[in-house]
Amino acid sequence: MKKLIIALVALLPAMIFASTNVHLDKADYDLSDKASLQRGAKLFMNYCFACHSTGYQRYQRIAADLDIPDALMKSSLIFSDSKIGDLAVNSMDKKESEKWFGNSPPDLTLEARLRGADWIYTYLRSFYKDETRPFAVNNLLFPDVAMPHVLEALQGIPTAVFETSASHDSKPQIIMRLESNEQGEMSSDEYDNALLDLVNYLVYAGEPNKLERESLGFWVIGFLIIFFILSYLLKKEYWRDVH
Amino acid sequence: MFKKLLRGGIDWVDARIPMTQTWNKHLAQYPTPVNFNFWYFFGSLAMLILVNQILTGIWLTMHYTPSAEGAFASIEYIMRDVPYGWLLRYMHSTGASAFFVVIYLHMYRSLLYGSYKQPRELIWLFGMFIFLALMAEAFMGYLLPWGQMSFWGAQVIISLFGAIPVIGDDLTLWIRGDYVVSGATLNRFFALHVIALPLALVVLVFLHIVALHEVGSNNPDGIEIKRKKGSVAEQDKSKFTFHKQYSARKDIIDAVPFHPYFTVKDIMGVAVFLIFFCAIIFFMPEGGGYFLEAPNFEPANALKTPSHIAPVWYYTPFYAILRAIPDKLIGVVFFGGSIVILFFLPWLDRCNVKSIRYRSWQHKLNITQFTICFIVLGILGALPATPLLTKIAQVGTIGYFGFFIALWFYSKNEKTKPLPKRLKFK
Repeated sequence: MKKLIIALVALLPAMIFASTNVHLDKADYDLSDKASLQRGAKLFMNYCFACHSTGYQRYQRIAADLDIPDALMKSSLIFSDSKIGDLAVNSMDKKESEKWFGNSPPDLTLEARLRGADWIYTYLRSFYKDETRPFAVNNLLFPDVAMPHVLEALQGIPTAVFETSASHDSKPQIIMRLESNEQGEMSSDEYDNALLDLVNYLVYAGEPNKLERESLGFWVIGFLIIFFILSYLLKKEYWRDVH
Repeated sequence: MFKKLLRGGIDWVDARIPMTQTWNKHLAQYPTPVNFNFWYFFGSLAMLILVNQILTGIWLTMHYTPSAEGAFASIEYIMRDVPYGWLLRYMHSTGASAFFVVIYLHMYRSLLYGSYKQPRELIWLFGMFIFLALMAEAFMGYLLPWGQMSFWGAQVIISLFGAIPVIGDDLTLWIRGDYVVSGATLNRFFALHVIALPLALVVLVFLHIVALHEVGSNNPDGIEIKRKKGSVAEQDKSKFTFHKQYSARKDIIDAVPFHPYFTVKDIMGVAVFLIFFCAIIFFMPEGGGYFLEAPNFEPANALKTPSHIAPVWYYTPFYAILRAIPDKLIGVVFFGGSIVILFFLPWLDRCNVKSIRYRSWQHKLNITQFTICFIVLGILGALPATPLLTKIAQVGTIGYFGFFIALWFYSKNEKTKPLPKRLKFK
C-alpha cells in the first residue's frame, strides 16, 4: 500500500500540470543582480508607470533595496510631487483611463506573483501589428489586449508572418512567428535583455523580501538539522532504559 | 536556599490548585503504550500548529484591516512594511496547510489502528468536531486576504447552501449578510475566524485530550495496556510508576510515562516536522500554487470571474464528490454526507479487533481502495471538470462511500487473526 501511495503522490504534479498548454518563453532573471534591477526600475518608471501603479510598494523601500541614493531616486525616478516615503501610485484617474482604454490599467506590484515572470516576459515579446485594433497592435499571448505596444520605440513593431493551413477551413491563416521591422532603438537581443531587467524588477516588486527570506532559510534549516541530531541523541539516551 | 524557595512555592500552589497532581496525571505518570510508531507523532504536531496559528494570528491581527477596501492592501502592508511581517504571514498560511496535512495523517492513524473503536468513540467524535471546526476556520480565514480566489471560493461554497429546498436562499443571505460576498461577509468571517472558531477549537482540543486520558491511548497492536487488577504477573507489569488513578484499578503492561519518554520523542518529531515546515516557509511559501493560489494576488473583483475556481487543496476530495454528482441538491447532500458519515465510523465498524495488523484481508483491501479514492478525489477536485474526470470522480465517490457500507457488512463476522498477549516492540 505504501508503494501505491508513493506512486500516486509522484504522479500528482504531472496530472495537474498536464492541463496547461500555453507555451511561455523562459525569463532567465537574476534577483541578486542590482544593476539589472536598477535598469529595470528605470524602464518601469519611464515606460510603464504613467499607466500602471505599483501601489503597494514605497519609493524609499525601492531605493534602499536597489542601492539607489534617495536624492537620485527623487530626481530621476519619482515623476510627481510624491514624498520618498509614499506608496508608488501614479496620477492616472481610474474613471478616465477606463474611458480611454476600456479597462483601467491594473496595478502591477504583484503581477509577477499573479501571472509569473515567464508570462510577463512572453507577453512583452508578443505584440504585433494589427490594423484592426484601436492602437493598431495586438498580442499573441493576450489576444485583443487593451494595451498599446508601449515599448515600440525600443523594439519597433513586429509583423506577424502567416501561414495558410489547408486542413483548417474555418481558420485558414495561422500566425507562425513574429518578424521585427528593425525600426526600434534596440536590436532584438538588446530588447530581450531590457525585458529581462524589467521582469527582474517586477519579480522584485512582487516580493521584495525574497532574497532575505531565502538566505535566512538556510540558517533556519541548518539550525533545525543540528537541533534534530541533538533531539535524536536525547531521545536515544532516555529510551535506553526502556529497550 | 533556592530549592527550598521553589519547593515552598510549589507547595503553596498545590494547596490551592492541583498543579503537581495534574502534571503527574497527564504527563509524568500518564501510561503511554511503548510501541507508538511514526503515525503517533501527528497529535502533538497538531497541537504545535494550533499554537503557531494562534500566535502568528494574534500578530497578524495587529496589522490587518478587516474591510473590503483595506484588506488586500493591509496584507501587502504586512508583507512589506511590518518587520518580519512576511514571516508571520507565511507561517500562518503554511500553517493552515500543514494543519490539514497533520490532521489527515492523525485521522488516518486512527483508521489504521481502530483508535475510534469502543471505548474511544467519544474521542473520535470530539476529533471530528475539531475537523469540522478546522474546515470552517480555514474557509473563513481564506476570505480574509480578499483576493480573487478568496472572493470566488467563498461565493461558490456559500452558494451551495442555496441548494437546500425552501430555506436555501434565505440561508445564503443570512450567511453572507448581503446579496453577494461583500464587506459585510468579510467582517463577520473575520470575527468568526479570530474569536469564535479558535475558542471552539481550543475547547474541543481540551475535551479531546481529557477523553483520551480517561480511557487511555490505543496503540498499533490495538490491544489494551490496562489489564484487570491481579491478572498480570509481577514481572510482566511495567516497571514505571503511574498515577494512582490509572494503577489503582488496573495492572499496567508495556507502558512508559508520557514524560519524559514521549516528550523527548515528540520533540524529535517536532524537529523533523519543522525542517519540512520551514523549507516551505522559506523556499516555497506559495506551495507550488496550492498553499497560496496565484489568482489570490489580484484583489477581489465581483465583476470578473476567474476562469477556474478551485478550492484550497484540503477541501478538494469533498469538492470532487460535490462536482461528481450532476444534480446540485443531491451533490450537496453527498458533499455533506461525505463528512457526516465519518462521525458514524465507530458504529459502522462492528469488528472487535482494532488494529489493521490483525484484521481480515477484506478490511485491508477496503482501506487501500478508500485511500486511493480519497487521494484521487483530492487531485480531481483541484482540476477543471471534464467529462472523463467527472466519470473518474464518480467512481471515486462510490469508493469513498462504499468503504463505509462494505465495512458495516463484513465487519460483523470478520475473520481476524489472533491477538498477541503483549505489545510488539523492539
